[in-house]
Amino acid sequence: MKLITAILKPHKLEDVKNALQEHGVKGMTVSEASGFGRQKGHTEVYRGAEYTVDLVPKIRLEILAESKDAQAIIDVIVASASTGSIGDGKVWAIPIEQVVRVRTGEQGSEAI
Amino acid sequence: MVINSGDTAWMLASTGLVLLMTPGLAFFYGGMVRTKSVLNMMMMSMISMGVVSVLWVIYGFELAFGYKADSPWYGSFSFSGLGGVVDDFTNNGGLYPIPVLVFAAFQLMFAIITPAIISGAIADRAKFTSWAVFVAIWSTLVYFPVAHWVFAFGNKVGDTVTGAGFLARQGLEDFAGGTAVHINAGAAALALAIVLGKRVGWRKESMRPHSLPLVMLGSGLLWFGWFGFNAGSALAANGVAALALMNTQVAAAAALAGWLLVEKIRQGHPTSLGAASGAVAGLVAITPACAFVAPWAAVVIGLLAGVLCSLATGLKYRFNLDDSLDVVGVHLIAGIWGSVAIGFFGASSVNSVGVDGLLYGGGAALLGKQAFGVAFVAAYSFIATLIIGYAIEKTIGFRVKRDVEVAGIDLNEHAETAYEMTSSSRGGVIL
Repeated sequence: MKLITAILKPHKLEDVKNALQEHGVKGMTVSEASGFGRQKGHTEVYRGAEYTVDLVPKIRLEILAESKDAQAIIDVIVASASTGSIGDGKVWAIPIEQVVRVRTGEQGSEAI
Repeated sequence: MVINSGDTAWMLASTGLVLLMTPGLAFFYGGMVRTKSVLNMMMMSMISMGVVSVLWVIYGFELAFGYKADSPWYGSFSFSGLGGVVDDFTNNGGLYPIPVLVFAAFQLMFAIITPAIISGAIADRAKFTSWAVFVAIWSTLVYFPVAHWVFAFGNKVGDTVTGAGFLARQGLEDFAGGTAVHINAGAAALALAIVLGKRVGWRKESMRPHSLPLVMLGSGLLWFGWFGFNAGSALAANGVAALALMNTQVAAAAALAGWLLVEKIRQGHPTSLGAASGAVAGLVAITPACAFVAPWAAVVIGLLAGVLCSLATGLKYRFNLDDSLDVVGVHLIAGIWGSVAIGFFGASSVNSVGVDGLLYGGGAALLGKQAFGVAFVAAYSFIATLIIGYAIEKTIGFRVKRDVEVAGIDLNEHAETAYEMTSSSRGGVIL
């Protein structure tokens, strides 16, 4: 089992979510995040005083998946999240030891 | 004399307009601070409404406008309670057919907003009770006497005038408070910024305005209320009031444009904060001049106010002085400019009470009077405020502890926070 984490531009969330649902993904967790990569931050000016804003708003999307499905899901995310410009984000996957569904107590692949 | 209901109605309405400026100022300032201190910032304006109104009834109005002591420096020391004047007309350098109580209420609104303006210089870091004490002392020792110097034209019976203020007597032209309100507050702001010192993290961490829409709302309310401030100062619904109203509008508009023009040229982006600040700078600058200059001159005064103030706000970094919300850069600078500008643009053709300035062939006499009034009020306010400020600092303390400032003054001084940021911070109720 894998945990797929994607950092995305906030305005691409709807596209990515729709593409993943069409692909058959049954659940995901979305949270607001902030950070920077190569894109860096930006500058704002207030009454002539310049402020650098290092951390820009991002969306963090997390999906639990079977190991065999992970690559296809990653491909869907990359395809639907891409705008081609700097700051599009990143996607990664890490192995998961255990998953339990709280309501039923199902474990492992059953719980995904 | 019979009461003039038109004049009286306009003065009643103007009083309400000017009152609204203080909550307007609270929004204007509140939007410019961080989320953790917005309530404190707004409360610094609100408490002025509470404190000054009470002082005004007990002795403030008498100290500013009383004539019985016949002093050029102060009104009269009497605890009047304003109970014996219900049927009296206003007499300020001549009789006006409006009740003296509406004049007293109208002038009260000026007394309220002046200390509130100062608060922007010491955002995020003043003990609230110390600020309330400061407002009471400062109003008593600075605002009430200065209002007497500038606004009290004395009780005129026949040709005898008693109790006129010394600047009013000398012919200082300040229609609605360029010296008494804005220079007075601006110089006091400079002094208090020195007394309290810089905020923790100033110039190191981001102190961006937390809500520019609040700032825009505040500047809109200020602009609206300013029609009462300036046109109401005619104390009548007449041509002078109309001139003041028109000048107020065009000066604010030109200053808004002037500030944005400077921003576009210097930084490339006209900002919403610049538009809000520019409008206020123009309103300040036209305040002393609004009934003494022609509307074309008001445009020039406003435009230059916007340009001057947008350049002046950067100076605090050079002087390493944390005048947090640019009270000096906006109110002091625009107040000085507007008061001095009358010396150039003053025209007796638009208002028979006015005097011709330099550009109308009146020579430099008026300019000299204006410059003297500006310098005297600024110097008195600055020195008196330094003394009051240090006295409060040494006795009850003026500045909050460092931890309080860092954690947020709203929480520690008022036990409140302005915004519920996440639902997970929700707690239970202690009954």
